[in-house]
Amino acid sequence: MLRVVNLGAEVEGTPILDHVNLYIKEGQTYVLFGPNGNGKTSLLMTLIGNPAFKVTYGRIMFKGQDINDMSTDQRVKMGMGISFQNPPKVSGLKLIDMLLNCAKQSGTDPNKIYEYAQMLNMEKFLNRSINVGFSGGEVKRSEVLQLLTLNPDLVLFDEPDSGVDLDNISVIGSAMGELLDRKKNKEERKKSGLIITHQGHILDYVDADYGLILYKGMIACMGDPYDMLDEISKKGYEGCVEKCLKGFQNSRRM
Amino acid sequence: MPERIPKLEKDVKEKLEKVGIEMDKEKRSAIFLQVDQNVETSSSFASGIEMIGIKQALEKYDWLHDYFWKVVSKNNDEYTKQVDVAEVNGYFIRALPGIKVNFPVEACLYLKSPKKQKVHNIIIAEESSELNIISGCASHPGLTTGMHLGISEFYIKKNAKLSFTMIHNWENNIEVRPRSAAIVEEGGTYISNYIIMNPVKIVQMYPTVHLNGDNSTAIMSSVIVAMENSIVDTGSRVIIKGKGSSAEILSRAISKGGTIYSRGDIVGESPDARGHLECMGMMLSEQGSIIAIPELEAKHPNVDLSHEAAIGKIAEEEIFYLMSRGFTRDEATAAIVRGFLDIEIKGLPPTLKKKIDEAINLVEKELI
Repeated sequence: MLRVVNLGAEVEGTPILDHVNLYIKEGQTYVLFGPNGNGKTSLLMTLIGNPAFKVTYGRIMFKGQDINDMSTDQRVKMGMGISFQNPPKVSGLKLIDMLLNCAKQSGTDPNKIYEYAQMLNMEKFLNRSINVGFSGGEVKRSEVLQLLTLNPDLVLFDEPDSGVDLDNISVIGSAMGELLDRKKNKEERKKSGLIITHQGHILDYVDADYGLILYKGMIACMGDPYDMLDEISKKGYEGCVEKCLKGFQNSRRM
Repeated sequence: MPERIPKLEKDVKEKLEKVGIEMDKEKRSAIFLQVDQNVETSSSFASGIEMIGIKQALEKYDWLHDYFWKVVSKNNDEYTKQVDVAEVNGYFIRALPGIKVNFPVEACLYLKSPKKQKVHNIIIAEESSELNIISGCASHPGLTTGMHLGISEFYIKKNAKLSFTMIHNWENNIEVRPRSAAIVEEGGTYISNYIIMNPVKIVQMYPTVHLNGDNSTAIMSSVIVAMENSIVDTGSRVIIKGKGSSAEILSRAISKGGTIYSRGDIVGESPDARGHLECMGMMLSEQGSIIAIPELEAKHPNVDLSHEAAIGKIAEEEIFYLMSRGFTRDEATAAIVRGFLDIEIKGLPPTLKKKIDEAINLVEKELI
């Protein structure tokens, strides 16, 4: 599904990703951990093609195609989707208009929109300007609602659980499980995902196959996401990274 | 006075449709059409709604002279003086006490010859009545010169509600200088919406609302798009004299190469006067300019007046957000501009809201 090869990227001339390699197969979901300011959001922005994030070397292959020269909307039309941590408010643009466009892109039956909106408890927000006056939990629910309607094959989630109370997390987690085919048997899963989370709360509601730690713009560790979360809570990121890289004498990382 | 609906030439009809004028008695409670100085039609289809030419009205009602040049002063400026002439024409619209009609009243002023069109209108919403007016002003396609001078005096009596939606559609060389003012009595509401999105030489106006009665309300909204070489200098002034009265002035201005002066002035003179002024501007071109001039004046300690103004280009972050949902860059830009122009106007009938949306749709392609 997604193959990131030796990727470097910068924003306004400052390097933010350093030789990142990542391979996500069809049906797999990865969790991305890491301290603030170490490149997690930058990686997602680079993958989805935010124009502010420039690839300096390496390649991003999506469904076997090099997508480096593609605009964000082209990547989305190919089957990528993203939920933002802090999406902008767009006054006058109603949530329903955004959803109708998502439905058009994916060929989703527009009647499904109301079903999804009910599922995420967002019916009352359909005719409101998108994100204007939405609470933290409402923003996250709206993001996931848009993704359900867009129905992407590779879903990127930027902290879907931050600033969200437990009731909301379970609603969001359930919808994410739907989006990522986690409710299906392993062999039948077609959708892939990459989830950024800090506390890992969302993992109580969506399961994942692998965990990664992004540290100083590099992928430092990979392993079982639940073990990793446990380690992080005991030793902190520094401790985890140190353990992962033990024995790499010439590592530039330490 | 002709009471039939005139047969209009195709190009005139199309132009009128752009300013919301349908001349359809099934959808309107009254219609009025003035071409240059001639009243072509003036008919009312609803009981309790009067719609006649101003000349006829002044002959019919002696008392109307008390309303003529009352809230707008004859000697206000050189343009008001020019309208104080015998050939002046215009409309008289009155909703009788307690009358409420579903369909809007339609009034159209059409400039066909390259002369000065001189208009004087009087609109009265009597006690507890409710009146919705759509006013379209346009000039003939290809008209190379011309000027529209219009006096409008609005009287909103006790507990009455008047909404006045005006859509302008002129040509490159037309000069437009309306002079309007309103008096709102106790518990009355005046809602004014102004829309201009096509090229014009200059529009210059600064309508004033006097909230004389207690607990009266004024909501003044404008949506302005200035194309290259156009100057649109507009705004609203509300003087709050009644206790507990409130004023809201909202504007959305887009410059596509033209110059916009977006003015607003709220004067609070009474206890518990509330006022808010909001002007938002968007620059879609490196040419042109938007100048926001909000003013607030408090003349009593117990008033609450505020304003906010912001001018900028379209946020790149918003475009990217929409593109991440599959919009192309152009589609995203169009959707954001559309959203920007979509002022939520409270108390406007759905048919008029639709007219405003249609006017926005018409220019969307030219903007992007």
